[in-house]
Amino acid sequence: MNNNALTVTELNLYIKDIIENNIQLSNIIVKGEISNFKHHSSGHMYFTLKDNDSKIKCVMFKGYNSYLKIKLEDGMKVLARGYVSVYERDGVYQLYCTDIKKDGLGDLYLAYEELKKKLEQEGLFDEKHKKKLPLLPRRIGVATSSTGAVIRDIINVASRRFYNVNILLYPVKVQGEGAAETIVEAIEYFNDRDDIDVIIIGRGGGSIEELWAFNEEIVARAIYKSKIPIVSAVGHETDFTIADFVADIRASTPSHAAEIVVPSYSELLYKITSLKTNLYNSVNNRIKRDKILIENLSSKIKLNSPQNKINVHYQYLDNLRDKLINSTNNTLIKKKHNLMLTVQKLDGLSPLKSISRGFAAVVKNEKLIKSIEQVEKNDIIEVYFEDGKLDCIIKEKSEVKIWQE
Amino acid sequence: MARVKKDGLTFEEAIKRLEEIVYEIEDKDLSLEDTIVKFKEGMELANLCNKKLDEAERKINVLLKGEKQELVEDNFTVEVENDAF
Repeated sequence: MNNNALTVTELNLYIKDIIENNIQLSNIIVKGEISNFKHHSSGHMYFTLKDNDSKIKCVMFKGYNSYLKIKLEDGMKVLARGYVSVYERDGVYQLYCTDIKKDGLGDLYLAYEELKKKLEQEGLFDEKHKKKLPLLPRRIGVATSSTGAVIRDIINVASRRFYNVNILLYPVKVQGEGAAETIVEAIEYFNDRDDIDVIIIGRGGGSIEELWAFNEEIVARAIYKSKIPIVSAVGHETDFTIADFVADIRASTPSHAAEIVVPSYSELLYKITSLKTNLYNSVNNRIKRDKILIENLSSKIKLNSPQNKINVHYQYLDNLRDKLINSTNNTLIKKKHNLMLTVQKLDGLSPLKSISRGFAAVVKNEKLIKSIEQVEKNDIIEVYFEDGKLDCIIKEKSEVKIWQE
Repeated sequence: MARVKKDGLTFEEAIKRLEEIVYEIEDKDLSLEDTIVKFKEGMELANLCNKKLDEAERKINVLLKGEKQELVEDNFTVEVENDAF
């Protein structure tokens, strides 16, 4: 018998080998309640899973438990996924957990996914159904709890943006039995009024069960049916509910919803003022432009006006007149000068001048005698002097060359 | 949501129309007469917008159930908690 004996270590290793080679045990989900929970300073978690009759030791290493979405605690009913192996030192088999979910939620997740798929296929999430938010809502309907941070955040942010905000709160149950029904009632109530321009539905973040009302089909359909645009402000940043998908706009937080819905007074005022300035400037520019155009046109038309043409002709006419006068004058002066020259010449040629110098003119039968050939002996001739005439008879005629003596 | 109020236009419609007018005057070749008409309309719209902005009255109400379960509006006061607000 001694020869066949195994050491404790060998036995535990043998058992470990068998367990680890079992495919079923290598990936299982175990349902149970947590007890003896310890989060060791090393980061690993140690606890026991139990039901009414039995228990199993569990470990969840740091590498896995850092991804946990829930905080484990004693008494919590969970679904633990993992594999079974043996811790040889203590000779115990344990469940090595890789993921843990709260028990009972599996159904909720499933319902959520199914409803989401169904409504998506029906087109409830389609972009084309999304209504536009009003720029300046007259009255904002808010469906949320009348206590707590949500309504307070909304009022605070809204007031900061636009002090004279008008909010009507319809207090609803945001979780638990009948919550979905009150949310639907609120949406329908706001739609029956005629003074609500936009609706905010919201609650603070929470676990999937706490947010469940916003995942209910009746709420989704009420949002879809609403004639008034709806902003959903459910959860905080990361959790999407069905209501978020159907709503016209999803805000990440209630404060964000107020920011989306309520316009900033100063921004609106600035917008109006700058539009006014634009309007004024563009009309001013337009008129300036027209003025310049008119000035250009009028200077052009002045250049081509009949008056201007007449003026041009006047000037030409004056030029012509001056020319006429000048050229006439010139001709006159020239003629005068010529005349003077002729008169001087004539004066030089006058017989009276010769006579005044002592010469006499001989005339026979009213003809000037220039040669002795023209007269005969005993002819009567007249001899003219400066102061009178002599009637003479030719006595003798002889040829003499006066100029040669 | 465009509801006709006594001034004829909602704030949103008024500001949209004003934007259109500014665009038309800036970019369209309008006659001087049209420009003046539109300018007048634009100034009126801007004044209407200002008026609407300032005629709003602060009101924060809550709906409460009356004796016969009917809903009654009442002033809502935020419970002030000891925090930054």
